[in-house]
Amino acid sequence: MARTPKEAPIRVLIAKPGLDGHDRGAKVVARALRDAGMEVIYAGLRQTPEEIVRAALEEDVDIIGLSILSGAHMALFPKVLALLKKSNAAEIPVFAGGIIPDEDARRLKRAGIRAIFGPGSSLEEIVTTARKLARGPA
Amino acid sequence: MRQGAELPAAARAILDGDRRALAKVISQVENRDPAAEPISRALFPRTGRAPVVGFAGPLGVGKSSLINLLVGRLRALDRTVGVVAVDPSSPFSGGSVLGDRIRFERSASDTGVFFRSMASRGEPGGVAAATREVARLMDAAGFDVVLVETVGSGQVDLAIRDVASTSVVVLVPHLGDEVQTLKAGLFEIADVFCVNKSDLPGADLAQRDLRELVSLGVSRTGWAPTVVTTSTQPPRGIEELWQAIEAHERFLDASGQRRAEERRRLAVELVERAQELVGHDLTERLDRDPAMQTLLDRVAARAVDPQTAASRLRRRSSARR
Repeated sequence: MARTPKEAPIRVLIAKPGLDGHDRGAKVVARALRDAGMEVIYAGLRQTPEEIVRAALEEDVDIIGLSILSGAHMALFPKVLALLKKSNAAEIPVFAGGIIPDEDARRLKRAGIRAIFGPGSSLEEIVTTARKLARGPA
Repeated sequence: MRQGAELPAAARAILDGDRRALAKVISQVENRDPAAEPISRALFPRTGRAPVVGFAGPLGVGKSSLINLLVGRLRALDRTVGVVAVDPSSPFSGGSVLGDRIRFERSASDTGVFFRSMASRGEPGGVAAATREVARLMDAAGFDVVLVETVGSGQVDLAIRDVASTSVVVLVPHLGDEVQTLKAGLFEIADVFCVNKSDLPGADLAQRDLRELVSLGVSRTGWAPTVVTTSTQPPRGIEELWQAIEAHERFLDASGQRRAEERRRLAVELVERAQELVGHDLTERLDRDPAMQTLLDRVAARAVDPQTAASRLRRRSSARR
């Protein structure tokens, strides 16, 4: 048996920016990613963009997932992207989930959010996309 | 600087306080990336300075919350802190949910703290294989104190004593009668007992049982473990907890036990690392050497017993070197 190092697990940060207190969706996704073999750093509720970016850098994650239901996505997501860029970490892909109107989703994707999952998205789709974003060429 | 020129760039960056470089090298160490080896080697002479304080105890006793408050206390004293928090990996998927960061409430702009979550990746004993090395990297990065939170452990998850200079065992009221405290395992490794959730009824009883345990005899090193009571909501006893930890650290210096304990821990580490190397070699030998495959066939046919075959495998492996 060759001494090939096992492929390192994908590290994901799951965080909820802003003030809404509903984290069931984030927990369901965290669990699905865990069951897909990923190491999920669960930062939980009420995170500021600064805290999220700091956690992403300290934890050296491959990908960031943001969950939001409060409607503040147009303010908070671009802030996270800007802080990543400022920290020379713009290469870390960010995906998002929550209640995000189609028009906003289009604008956020143009701003650099790599994938957006609304209600009814399948966990399989989320896991596959997360893996592709984390492993694939940026 | 004489040594500066020989240092690998990443090691230099870590010494210069580059947190991103630290985070990246920690990942390499966790992933057993050979690229980390020269970095660890270069930094090793600059380690062994920071106290490494381990926190063990059953899940849900409040280890993460205590560490959060202790970090606040240490920052108030102007001490910088590295935290490694280990949570279990799934034996089924290999994945994990690392949730200790939730309790962590430092301001995002405080550069005097570095928090890293870590999955145990199949390692028994409550810490990951790389935990010791990661604590060492934080030491090299200049943090004054390194705190290690183990996987919420059972009675025999004692690996923290081979990583930490001071081991804190965190308990809560109503974990059992005083005979539990006499049992082997978790109660034997404590330098400091911390009865958390001291606002709950029964805290005084738990504290009394532990004091009685301590009064029955000192530990191997001659240290009588301290018993402190704490609460995290609202915070209480955090200062006493830190003083108990510091008292043990001072004891290590005053008694000369620090060097003896460090030597013991390094001996454990050397054997662990050598075992891993030998294990790889033996597996490779068994897989690739036709004579060893024949030997395996003979074991399968019950013509040779496994113990005899193992001795031959080892002899052949060392003879071929």
